[in-house]
Amino acid sequence: MMEQRDKRQRVLKLEGVVLRHSDWGEADRLIWLFTLELGKIRAVAKGVRKIRSRKAGHLEPFTRTSLLLAKGRDILLITQADTLDGFLTLREDLAGTTYASYIVELLDRFTYEEGENRALYRLLVESLRRLADEQDRDLVARYYELRLLDLVGFRPELFRCLGCGEEIQPQDQYFSAAEGGALCPRCGSGASGAQPISKDALKYMRHFQRSSFADAKKARMTTEVQRELENILQYYLTYLLEQRLNTPAFLRRLRQPERLIDLPDGLDQA
Amino acid sequence: MLLPEPIQNLIDAFSRLPGVGPKTASRLTFYLLRAPENLAHDLAEALTNLKTGTTYCRTCYNITSAGREECEICSSPTRDASLICVVEEPLDVIALERTGGYQGRYHVLHGALSPIEGIGPEQLKMRELIGRVRSGEVREVILATNPSMEGDYTAAYLRQQLQPLGLRLTRLARGLPVGGDLEYADQGTLLRALSGRQEMSE
Repeated sequence: MMEQRDKRQRVLKLEGVVLRHSDWGEADRLIWLFTLELGKIRAVAKGVRKIRSRKAGHLEPFTRTSLLLAKGRDILLITQADTLDGFLTLREDLAGTTYASYIVELLDRFTYEEGENRALYRLLVESLRRLADEQDRDLVARYYELRLLDLVGFRPELFRCLGCGEEIQPQDQYFSAAEGGALCPRCGSGASGAQPISKDALKYMRHFQRSSFADAKKARMTTEVQRELENILQYYLTYLLEQRLNTPAFLRRLRQPERLIDLPDGLDQA
Repeated sequence: MLLPEPIQNLIDAFSRLPGVGPKTASRLTFYLLRAPENLAHDLAEALTNLKTGTTYCRTCYNITSAGREECEICSSPTRDASLICVVEEPLDVIALERTGGYQGRYHVLHGALSPIEGIGPEQLKMRELIGRVRSGEVREVILATNPSMEGDYTAAYLRQQLQPLGLRLTRLARGLPVGGDLEYADQGTLLRALSGRQEMSE
C-alpha cells in the first residue's frame, strides 16, 4: 500500500484506532495504531504528556481517530489527531476497559506492522462499539475471537474431523489446537493435547463462525457453555501465539473482585 | 579506534540511560574527561548517594532520605492524616506540593494498572494503601492518578476496593487547561468540563 503511493508524499492522512502507548523521551509518546489504510503502525506523538497538548485527548487507547502523519526519516510523526469515536462509556467502568483491552491485545498480538486488513479494522471498530453499548460483553468477545481467527488465517475447522475427514456429528467431540479444529470421538480420544468439547459449545462456535453479529446475538448460551467456549478459545489462542496474554488475568479479576485484596472480616459482603 | 577501558565503560554506562544514545554518551564522557576534576567527583558522589542515601517512606511509599522511617509529610503533625491523596509517581507529589493548596497526606502507588502491559495490583503499592485506609483514621481518599486510560482504570479499581470501607472517595476534577483552546479539546474532556461547570451567578 505504501509503495503504491507517491514516494515523495511526506504527509499521510489515515484513520485508525489507538491500540496502546508507551512514554517516549521527555513529554512524547510512542503510539501503536491499527489503521484502515495501512494496518498496524507505530508513530510518535510529540508533547502529548504535557497538560496543554492538543492531541493527547484524541490519542488515548481505544479511540477511533482521524490522523495526519508526517513521514520522518525512520519514524512517523503524528501532527494532528481528531476523535471520530471516543467510545467514552468504555472508559467509565472497569469491565468496559478490561474487555476493550482484551480485544485490542489480541489484535496487537496477531498482527504485524503495515499489513493492511480492512475487514479486521471493521471488526475491531464494530466490537469496540458493541462493548461500549454494553451488550453482552462475553458474547462480543467470543464472536470477536472467532472472526479474528478467520481474518488472520487461523479459522478452526469445525465441520470435518481433522483426523479421518468424516463429517462432524452433533455430539460431544474433541478440539485440538495443534490440528486447528475438531476431532471426532474416535480420532480425538487418544490424541495428545486434544480437549473434549461439548455438543453445545461446538454448535455455538460453528454458529458464530458463519453468522452475522445480529444472528449471533440471538444465541442464548448457558453460563457453563459460555465458560467452556471461552476456555477452548483461550487454549487455542495461546497455543497459536505461543505466549500468554496479559489481559485474561484482568478479566478473571473482574469476576472475582473480592479476591483482589483481602478485606477485613465482615466487609466482603458490604 | 579502540578506546581505553575506563572511557568505554563510562560510555556504556551512559548509553544505558533512557534517551541517551551512543553519540550523546561519548560526548558526555569526553566532556567529563576534560572538565575540572571536582565535577566528575561530585557527580560520582551524587550517584553513589542516590541509592544509599534514599529509601521509601514506610507509610506513603514516597522517596525520602535514608535513615528516616517516614517522609517529612507523613511525620509532620500539621498535615491532616484523615486525608490521603493517591498518586502514581513521586514526581506527582512534588507537582501537588508546589500548589501549596493541599494539607493532607499522600500515597504513592509507583505506577498505574495496565491490562495490556500486564501491570496488576500486586506490582503496585495497593495492598499497602488498603492497609492504611483500613487502620481507621482516614475520612477521605482523593484519587489523583493521571487522567489517562491507565490512570482511570487504576482509579476505578481502587474505587471498587475502597468503597466497602465506607469513606469519602473523590477524583481530581477534569476539564479545560489554562491557556487551552476549546477548538482542540477532545469530546471526553469537553463533556466533563460541561458537567462539572461552576456557578458564576452568585
